[in-house]
Amino acid sequence: MSALEFANKLIAQFGDALSTPTEFRGEITLVLKDAERVAEVCAFAKNTLGFDYLVDISSIDNYGEDPRWTIVYHIYGYGNHAYLRLKTNVSEEKSELPTVTGVWRTADWHEREIYDMMGVRFRGHPDLRRILMWEGYPYFPLRKDFPLAGKPSEMPDVAFSNRAPLEGGPFVTTPGGKDTIAREPRVRVPETDSLPTNARLERRQDVKEIHEDPRHHSKP
Amino acid sequence: MKTVEYGYDSRIEGDVVYTRVDAALNWFRKNSLWPMPMGLACCAIELMATAASRFDISRFGMEVMRFSPRQADVMIVAGTVTYKMALSVKRIYEQMTDPKWVIAMGACASTGGMYRSYAVLQGVDRIIPVDVYVAGCPPRPEALLDALLKLQKKVSTEPVVSTLTIASGMKKSERVEEQVH
Repeated sequence: MSALEFANKLIAQFGDALSTPTEFRGEITLVLKDAERVAEVCAFAKNTLGFDYLVDISSIDNYGEDPRWTIVYHIYGYGNHAYLRLKTNVSEEKSELPTVTGVWRTADWHEREIYDMMGVRFRGHPDLRRILMWEGYPYFPLRKDFPLAGKPSEMPDVAFSNRAPLEGGPFVTTPGGKDTIAREPRVRVPETDSLPTNARLERRQDVKEIHEDPRHHSKP
Repeated sequence: MKTVEYGYDSRIEGDVVYTRVDAALNWFRKNSLWPMPMGLACCAIELMATAASRFDISRFGMEVMRFSPRQADVMIVAGTVTYKMALSVKRIYEQMTDPKWVIAMGACASTGGMYRSYAVLQGVDRIIPVDVYVAGCPPRPEALLDALLKLQKKVSTEPVVSTLTIASGMKKSERVEEQVH
């Protein structure tokens, strides 16, 4: 059975709760409209359809949009050799959805990582602590409004952090750029970004001045 | 009655060498620098290569990698120091007995390297004093050996006896008083 057929079985079970499957480069994605039902859908995918392997859970910050968070579940079946991608959206006010640790035990650390980096909580998780940063770190560093250089923090006897120097930077990529020059990490300023490379380099001095302007640094 | 001569026999023991106490102590110190391997990232692989047979730091008396800081002389910080690890590195450094030295091996330990990041300490010298910085990402074993030889040179010129009273944290007169009590 192909991934698309499995996706249709999920839709047959849950009906309107799931979107129609979309295909990109041979991979099937389903969007679950109500994040509260994620554990239920995942349990069905595992127990009935044989998706016994949770490859990864990732999170997306759609900063400036509502709902802000997208949680993405990549699942695979060792018996049926099918990949499926399940997405669901969570609003910033809520920032919470049910855990799937009851379905796949490996979700434990994936969910802890998302909690640590994005600040999205998983209800019912057995041990929702930070996993990469230390206990007491006050920020969620993968959020789009968290500066690349970091923020100073102090947790006595545990850890501290400071801003990293970013002279000439921050250097950021533009995902989806059509060539390597467009995708390369560079100083990105809206007014010079659309210019060809040479023209941009000629305006390098202007770029520097903009970045030395403290008003620019306060921008997320 | 036959008499036996006690004393220094130059035919057996060789000639007497005169030196300063500082020079003698430094000679002991510099030829047995025991490293504390603080291997935190890929630089630690090159550190291991330095210790292995091809490069062989035992040629300089430094092969005794001590995993207890209390027995080590020089901490080789080999790799990326994250903020999460920073205070542990500092604490291990503080557990080392004096005299102690630090080598920052590679770009990350020296300056944070390519990690201009919220999570990485921008150079281990922000928490502990560094004696020698080694460039490279990671540095070759030769570069680390060069750093160790430079450190030997530094050790051999450091004052020893004149710092002893300072190291104990009190004046000479106070120490005498302590002995009396």
